[in-house]
Amino acid sequence: MELKRVVVTGLGALTPIGNSVKEYWTNLLTGVSGARPITHFDASKFKTQFACELKGFNAADYIDRKEARRMDPVAQYALATAKEAIADSGMDLESEDKNRIGVIFGVGIGGIGSLEEEVGNYALTHEEMGPRYSPFFITKMIADIVTGHISIAYGFHGPNYVTSSACASSTNAISDAFNLIRLGKANVILTGGSEAAVVECSIGGFGSMKALSTRNDEPERASRPFSGSRDGFVVGEGSACIVLEELEHAKARGAKIYCELAGTGLSADAFHITASHPEGLGAKLVMQNALEDANIMPEGIDYINAHGTSTHVGDISEVLAIKDVFGSHAYKLNISSTKSMTGHLLGGAGAVEAIACILAIVHGIVPPTINHEEGDDDPEIDYGLNFTFNQAQQREVRAALSNTFGFGGHNACVIFKKYEK
Amino acid sequence: MSEIEARVKAIIVDKLGVEESEVTNEASFTTDLGADSLDTVEMLMDFEKEFNLTIPDDQSQRLTTVGDAIAYIKENLKE
Repeated sequence: MELKRVVVTGLGALTPIGNSVKEYWTNLLTGVSGARPITHFDASKFKTQFACELKGFNAADYIDRKEARRMDPVAQYALATAKEAIADSGMDLESEDKNRIGVIFGVGIGGIGSLEEEVGNYALTHEEMGPRYSPFFITKMIADIVTGHISIAYGFHGPNYVTSSACASSTNAISDAFNLIRLGKANVILTGGSEAAVVECSIGGFGSMKALSTRNDEPERASRPFSGSRDGFVVGEGSACIVLEELEHAKARGAKIYCELAGTGLSADAFHITASHPEGLGAKLVMQNALEDANIMPEGIDYINAHGTSTHVGDISEVLAIKDVFGSHAYKLNISSTKSMTGHLLGGAGAVEAIACILAIVHGIVPPTINHEEGDDDPEIDYGLNFTFNQAQQREVRAALSNTFGFGGHNACVIFKKYEK
Repeated sequence: MSEIEARVKAIIVDKLGVEESEVTNEASFTTDLGADSLDTVEMLMDFEKEFNLTIPDDQSQRLTTVGDAIAYIKENLKE
């Protein structure tokens, strides 16, 4: 059976540095940080008091007020990006076979704010009033509801579920969507990711793991992947949606084609619940798997959007893996971690970073890794590699690879390439 | 409109996302105001909280209109 080709025909983004794809991309190229002191709750007693929150998001701009009230922000964000992506795709939904349109998103955690609110409320009131849980508690909390809401809003009856592999979640979603379309199981799949985890228990929990930067005096400069003084990641929130479409279906409706999805890779470290393998074993495997699936030689990749969370061990092992897989070509391609600007969107990371790869191919420019200061080097990192520090760099990007690695040792990788007839 | 009636109607407007003018005493929560079973449960819980009373399950199933709810609350309100 011949596999079908899959192209990207629509994008939507809601990020800490922009509430639309256009704004997100402009700010990526100019090196804008989305980190600020936390406003969602009083963080004054937390070790980390800043995060990359969305700016000025109003659910009512996208969703009917009553519907919005029944959703955790994790679902609201996803609906907002689905709306932008569908409009961008130019699809006339009335003439489409909605049984052949699916929705597959990645969500690392889910409605953790709703969980915290309900459990907190129970703790405060149950002795006096008994258990009083909202009938919307479960449907706000469960991660899979995100794609459920999108299907209900648009009447899409195709494959519909959420993938969960922590910070690799939305790359897993993209991979599944890609494979289902390749196999002819759907014409179009809205894929992407969402997360809304700037809440007490998440900042506190990640903080206890010593995973977060505590650079409270300069939030905007805290996320500094590949720099010697990096001290942990910065939690981000938001969503991104990518319309994946079977090539012939896209051509038949005259769709604008951004690029082609060439291949994906999946692997596990099988090593530790949080620490990445010190030699980047799983990371190496996942990039090799993706290159093989895409049928692209390492020399065909011009840009790697690194997982690069700005943690000590993670950045080192990813760099080792890149050098191992790409050999001498590792010194010719561009690497950047856009988490230096967006923060780490956890389950949403793969999707927002996939958009950075797609637009790097389209526009021939690589977004930077910001916050690197001259001389702030880590002796374990090879600075002969081009980390695209501080300034975007123009270059032809024939193909771009995006890495994502999640707690639990899940690795997922996706490769986009220029669309050629 | 009594004070209780106004408070009941304010909760309905908020929870069901409807206009105040739609919330007449005859209006049915489901057929007129678009509530599903989950909305109804949440709204009744809000009535319980607002008026500090308990609406048993066998009673709650009978409260299908705005007027039913107002009447029940007036009757069972603890002073």
